[in-house]
Amino acid sequence: MEFLSALLNGFSSGGTYAIIAIGYTMVYGIAKMLNFAHGDIIMVGGYAMFVSLMLLNQPLLALAFAILACVLLGITVERLAYKPLRGASSLAVLITAIGVSSLLQSLAQIIFGAAPKMPTRFMINGTVVLGSFRINYSTLVTLAVTVVIMAVLTVFVKYTKTGRAMVAVSEDRGAAQLMGINTNRIIAVTFAIGSALAAVAAYLMLMKAPTLSSTLGAMPGIKAFTAAVIGGIGSIPGAMLGGVLLGVIESLALSVPKLAPFTDAIEFAVLVVILLVKPAGLLGKARREKV
Amino acid sequence: MNRIASFFKKSFLRNYANYAVVVLVALVFGILSMTGSLKMGNQFLLEQIAIAALLAVSLSMVVGFLGELSLGHAGFMCAGAYLGGKLAAAMTAASGNQNSIVTLLVACVAGGCAAAVLGFVIGLPALRLKGDYLAIVTLAFGEIVRNVVMNLPMSWFGGTLGLETPRFDRKYLFVLALVMVLLCLAVTQNLIRSKHGRAIISIKDNEIAARAMGIDITKYKLFVFTVSAFFAGVAGVLYSYTVSRVQSATFDYNYSIEILVMVVLGGMGSVNGSLIAAALITFINTKLQTVLTGNLAVLQNVFYALILITIVIYKNAPGLKGFREKYNLNTLLSKLKKKPAEEEVPHE
Amino acid sequence: MSERETILKVEHLAIQFGGLKAVDDVNLEIKKGELYGLIGPNGAGKTTVFNLLTGVYKPTLGRIYLCGEQIGGKAPAEINRKGIARTFQNIRLFHNLTVLENVMVGLANQIPCNVFESILRLPRHKRSEREARERAMELLRVFKLDAYSDYLAANLPYGKQRKLEIARALATNPKLLLLDEPAAGMNPNETQELMDDIMFVQREFGMTILLIEHDMRLVGGICEKLTVLNFGTELVTGPTAEVLANPAVIKAYLGE
Repeated sequence: MEFLSALLNGFSSGGTYAIIAIGYTMVYGIAKMLNFAHGDIIMVGGYAMFVSLMLLNQPLLALAFAILACVLLGITVERLAYKPLRGASSLAVLITAIGVSSLLQSLAQIIFGAAPKMPTRFMINGTVVLGSFRINYSTLVTLAVTVVIMAVLTVFVKYTKTGRAMVAVSEDRGAAQLMGINTNRIIAVTFAIGSALAAVAAYLMLMKAPTLSSTLGAMPGIKAFTAAVIGGIGSIPGAMLGGVLLGVIESLALSVPKLAPFTDAIEFAVLVVILLVKPAGLLGKARREKV
Repeated sequence: MNRIASFFKKSFLRNYANYAVVVLVALVFGILSMTGSLKMGNQFLLEQIAIAALLAVSLSMVVGFLGELSLGHAGFMCAGAYLGGKLAAAMTAASGNQNSIVTLLVACVAGGCAAAVLGFVIGLPALRLKGDYLAIVTLAFGEIVRNVVMNLPMSWFGGTLGLETPRFDRKYLFVLALVMVLLCLAVTQNLIRSKHGRAIISIKDNEIAARAMGIDITKYKLFVFTVSAFFAGVAGVLYSYTVSRVQSATFDYNYSIEILVMVVLGGMGSVNGSLIAAALITFINTKLQTVLTGNLAVLQNVFYALILITIVIYKNAPGLKGFREKYNLNTLLSKLKKKPAEEEVPHE
Repeated sequence: MSERETILKVEHLAIQFGGLKAVDDVNLEIKKGELYGLIGPNGAGKTTVFNLLTGVYKPTLGRIYLCGEQIGGKAPAEINRKGIARTFQNIRLFHNLTVLENVMVGLANQIPCNVFESILRLPRHKRSEREARERAMELLRVFKLDAYSDYLAANLPYGKQRKLEIARALATNPKLLLLDEPAAGMNPNETQELMDDIMFVQREFGMTILLIEHDMRLVGGICEKLTVLNFGTELVTGPTAEVLANPAVIKAYLGE
């Protein structure tokens, strides 16, 4: 029973990781950059929700507001910091993204202070009891949201014009441009989607643990990025698989008292091992350099 | 005569000026400190600068010369601080002399070697992974080291409370730290200015061509990661001497990023740049800390982030190439010298 | 002539990418001192053959013998140390090193001196550096690049970058030199100069050379023997004049 509930919790936190990881993976696939600041977009989403909750006192409206704020922020950051570096070395882009991450965290700390906020209104309490089995509502909500997002995203990428253009840009940006696709617009749309997902992730996180600080997105961001890499960066199904896998590993490690303190180390070790065995991740495609 | 003069001007200054500056700083402030006329705050500042310099110069080997992005440098420092610190504590307990230079040196070597072993291990994935993938793996490694050290039994490294380490007399510690900086500089520069250095740079410039020229990529990558980690470990041991307790939370990936910022601002691939950036940033940080308090203390991070973003975009943006070429320091200098570069082009 | 030692022998060489047979059953035999051309239309698999010979790709099938030793499937650096050096179609110089240093990288395995001797600045380091410098300068003089020795490789004009790649490859002291489209992007004067240089290298260094080239004037002017590839397979092999007059070759190049 304990194992089963750990597994279920794992799927749930894995869902949150997957939602964040999709943001990383889409941006990586399309803009070919590691958006180190993605985790901090989650944090900004958290604060946006916090502020709008104080003003409107409506959790769902607050979520909508946070999505809007994150989308605007994501597009702005891309435009100002990343777009000028298109075509530059990946090292330069990554360092800029690290700079953006540090900028967002510091600004949040200056504006909202170092002490964490506790927006408990977002919490969803209560459990469903099935025989001897108890499931938190928040777990169910997370699972449902994850499944819906994954389904919508899959349909979007497969069947809409913009979605297919995204696939084209990720396969070969130059060729896509020649086919008349506005790559700048596609990259902006990608950042917008990733950022909107980050806001949703913020909601899911605050729903379980309402502790909001400037580092809210830092560790989950890095873990989700790890998940994206495990799954094969650039691949949306890979991000889903990686996220769920990481969530389950985390939850199982946490449920064993002897292993619990080493959870972080175990998760990162899984990343290292998987990359050594499959350098492009589980579902990633290896690219060779043309000689 | 002219030749000798130009030799001194060019090669000597370029090659040895940084040693001279470090020696001078160590001597002048060392004497001031011994005579008791150096404030404790400044002794502390010099220690911090030496540690930052060690970290930045050693990281520049990996990032600037080998061209691989490492986000786990603080992890090596962590290993050095804990292992070297533990050994120093044991030796100090046995001898009762906390200012023993022998203890400090033994601890530095031990901590450095422990970090070097880890560096070698991290070098292994570097053989298969590149760029962003390697960056995330180095970050993961750093976090693993930190997480494991913190959660080992209390009796090993003090667990979450941290490891109690001996303190060294502030009067002299920074001088010893500067000696370590000299050593690190010598190793880095002698390595880079040799056929091995050329091989390392060739790997960064074009790995496929380097392989085709018979360069042993495996050997050089592992070597650079190992040596770089060694000096980060030494920096960790020195750090353990400056605090009463080593805490693993110090060495999180943000610390690695701070070191990376120094290397980047120093102009990647320039040892002196890393050295200057390390000294300058540490100096400004320490001074700002007394001015900015509370939430304003974070203001300095805002500035660093903005400076970092601006510099990286300025130096790398393809759209700014023409601007850069028109207004870079070298062309401006050569204009001042009234000796345009074109004149030197040999005739066919 | 026919008793010359065989430097390179390639038997049934093949590689498959996914379902695509990029190279299929290619055979070559190159004698010492020969200047051998590998030609064929775009996409015929010429560069892929080079990548197989130099270990960038591992062959799916077939064997590669360098002076009788099987080297197929070995790592690029090892193959270079065994005696094959190459240039690249898309020039691959070390941009952050000077022209001289580029050639010195090529000399790395020729002049012994280990890492510790360099770090400790032991006498052998100084000696080896001096020797490397001198030998690199000699090579630069051959290609009339000595006046540019202090330039960053990235700042050389295009034609000279191609020459520098050849000088760098020669520095590794190869038994066989592979040139991948050495005249690409050169004007007729530069091509003429390059032809003289290649013949000079063949004569003075006694070098065996295999080259890929599209410029038929160059191929006809300096190659003794040719192999024509088409769709990854061998179309014709023979003395240059015969091959160039072969109707099948003309058809492959010009189409029906």
